[in-house]
Amino acid sequence: MNSLFEYVLRLGDDSLILGHRLSEWCGHGPILEEDIAMTNISLDLVGQATSLLGYAGELEGKGRDADALAFLRFDRDYKNVLLVEQPNGDFGMTMLRQFFFDAYRKPLFEKLQHSTDKHLAAIAEKSLKETKYHLKHSSEWVIRLGDGTEESNARIQDSLNTLWRYTNELFFTDEVDAELVEKGIVPSLQEIQNEWNATVTAVLTEATLTIPTNNWKQEGGRKGLHSEHLGYILAELQYMQRAYPNMQW
Amino acid sequence: MVTENDIWGYLEEVADPEIPVLTVVDLGVIRAVKLENDQCFITITPTYSGCPAMKMIEEQIIEKLNEKGIPNVSVDLVLAPAWTTDWISESGKAKLLEYGIAPPENEVDKSVLFSEPTVVPCPKCGSRNTRMVSLFGSTACKAHYQCNECLEPYDYFKCLK
Repeated sequence: MNSLFEYVLRLGDDSLILGHRLSEWCGHGPILEEDIAMTNISLDLVGQATSLLGYAGELEGKGRDADALAFLRFDRDYKNVLLVEQPNGDFGMTMLRQFFFDAYRKPLFEKLQHSTDKHLAAIAEKSLKETKYHLKHSSEWVIRLGDGTEESNARIQDSLNTLWRYTNELFFTDEVDAELVEKGIVPSLQEIQNEWNATVTAVLTEATLTIPTNNWKQEGGRKGLHSEHLGYILAELQYMQRAYPNMQW
Repeated sequence: MVTENDIWGYLEEVADPEIPVLTVVDLGVIRAVKLENDQCFITITPTYSGCPAMKMIEEQIIEKLNEKGIPNVSVDLVLAPAWTTDWISESGKAKLLEYGIAPPENEVDKSVLFSEPTVVPCPKCGSRNTRMVSLFGSTACKAHYQCNECLEPYDYFKCLK
C-alpha cells in the first residue's frame, strides 16, 4: 500500500466533507455574522482539501487530480472520520463538532509543518494559520452556549452526548500511520491526543458541560465504512459531475 | 529589452480582485519574477487556502503582461513559505486605511484559547474604543468590527502569521 497517499487522502477527505457540511449552512445561519463565519471556514476547508487531494493524486500517480478524487469516488473510497459527516443539527452541535475537529487539527498541523515531506509540510504550515482562527471561533461558541442559558446549556450538552462517541476515531491508527511515524514523516497521534484531551477538558469545563463517561468508540470512516449520512452528502456533492461528466464552469 | 524590474513595475498595475485598492505587489502574493530568454515565470502564493481570487489574479497577470508585449508568461502557485500579513507593503497598509479597512495590527502570536479580541483602531475616526463583531468578515482574510464612538462598521484585515 502507498501509505503516504492513504494518509494525505484521509486528511483531504476530512477537510472536504466537513467543508461541505459547513457549506450547508449558507443562507441558514442563526445570524448573518455566523452565516458568514461558517461559510468562510467552509471555504478554508475546501481550499485545504484542494491542496491535500491534489497532492494525494500526485502521490498515487494514476493521473487523478483533486477534482477526480473529490467528485468521482464511491463512498467506500472516502476515508474521512465519521465525526465530520455527522449532520449539522442545531448551531451548537455544528460548533461542537467543529471544536472537536479544530482541537485535533491544530496540534496535528503544528507537528506536520515540520514533516520531512516538504509538500505535506507546506500544506500544514499554510492550513495551521487558518485552523487557529477556526479553533478560536468554535471554542468560544462552545463556552458561550454551554455557560449560557438553561436552554443553550441543555441543547449543547445533548449534542455533546451524541457526538462524544465519534471523537476517539480522530486518533485511529493502523499500519498506515505506523509506517509513516516510523519513517519520521508524520507525528504519532498519541502526542496529538494528549494535547486534544487537555484542550477539550479545559474548554468543556469552562463551558460548564459534563464530559460523558461512556467511552464507546464508534469508528470505521478511516477504513471506508461510513454512516448512512455520507451517501446523502455524496449525492449532493457529486451530482453535477455524475449528471454531466467532465463539465466545467 | 524588458527586465525583471520592468515586470515588477507592470505587476503594480494588477489590482487585487477583492480589494481593488491594493495591487498584487502591495498584497505580497508575488513571490518571484524570473525572465529566461523570452519566457517569463511568475510565482504567486495564496493568502488563504480557499482564496477564490487566485485564479483571477493568475489570469489578470497573464493578461497584463501580454498587453505589455510579453507573450510567454507562466504563473506558478506555491504554498511555502506560507503567506503572512507581514508581507503587505507599508504603502499597501496606508491604502487599506484610506479605503476604510483597518490594516493588520502587529499581533504577537498569542494563545488561541481564552484570549481577548485584538484592539483595532477605527479607520474612520481613529478611536481605540471599538469592538469585534465577528472574527470572520466579508472575505476569509477579514474580521468585522464596529467603532463604539462614531459607530462606523468596518473590516479589519486580520493578522496572519
